[in-house]
Amino acid sequence: MEPFDFVEIKVPAKAEYIGVVRLSISGIANRMGFTYEDIEDLKVAISEAITNAVKHGYNETGEGEITIGFGVYDDRLEVMVADHGGSFNLGDIKQDIGPYKQDDNIEELREGGFGLFLIDALMDKVEINSKYGVIVLMTKYLHEAEVGQNGDQISTSQ
Amino acid sequence: MNLTIDVTNKENIAYVVLSGEVDAFTAPKLKDALLPLTKEEGQTVEVDLQNVNYMDSTGLGVFISALKSTKEHNTDLKLVQMQERVYRLFKITGLTEIMNIDSTVQGGMQ
Repeated sequence: MEPFDFVEIKVPAKAEYIGVVRLSISGIANRMGFTYEDIEDLKVAISEAITNAVKHGYNETGEGEITIGFGVYDDRLEVMVADHGGSFNLGDIKQDIGPYKQDDNIEELREGGFGLFLIDALMDKVEINSKYGVIVLMTKYLHEAEVGQNGDQISTSQ
Repeated sequence: MNLTIDVTNKENIAYVVLSGEVDAFTAPKLKDALLPLTKEEGQTVEVDLQNVNYMDSTGLGVFISALKSTKEHNTDLKLVQMQERVYRLFKITGLTEIMNIDSTVQGGMQ
């Protein structure tokens, strides 16, 4: 088993706590040595995941909690966002997302459709499990290029 | 982690100066302030984003609905002094193609 530190945070499923979680991920990523740009990407990605959980998991009633888990590895940060209880149809959300194209009609632009697309664009790996509620698991690697060039730096299991 | 919104009017231009972060918590407040301004025919709404250091898709959504409103009410929307990090999200999502964003982006990412 590859060693890692685990940090877990629970916040009420309310929009006013998104900024609090943003500060948390900023602190963890900064400690790990992520660049300023990567930290900004992580902040947006985690905010999008929590916004989804607040909006779809709880219909904005603000009831319930969101669990956020950080898996801190030597070479990467894994972020888990779970909206225990509520659920949303991922198929619906995945449909119609993606960047605007010149020939799209402006009237058809979805105002809330960029969340999942941004997570996908800003993180290295995104997985979603919707068996029990919705869990978004996203991974960002430290110094991606460096790891690719120098395989010795990757710590594997054992 | 809040957003302040300052609006001043000068002739046919409404200057909106934002300061802080735009996320799911502050976006509704921004939408409430911005949309009515886009409904006064002939008006240009100029949004100064110099002091916006964080924005996510909820902010993009507000500007998309403001842009739609300008098309309906024959008004204009202009985003100026946008920080590089915020500009990057408009770029990734392709919104730079349809939004009027001042080309003198901070950090010179153009």
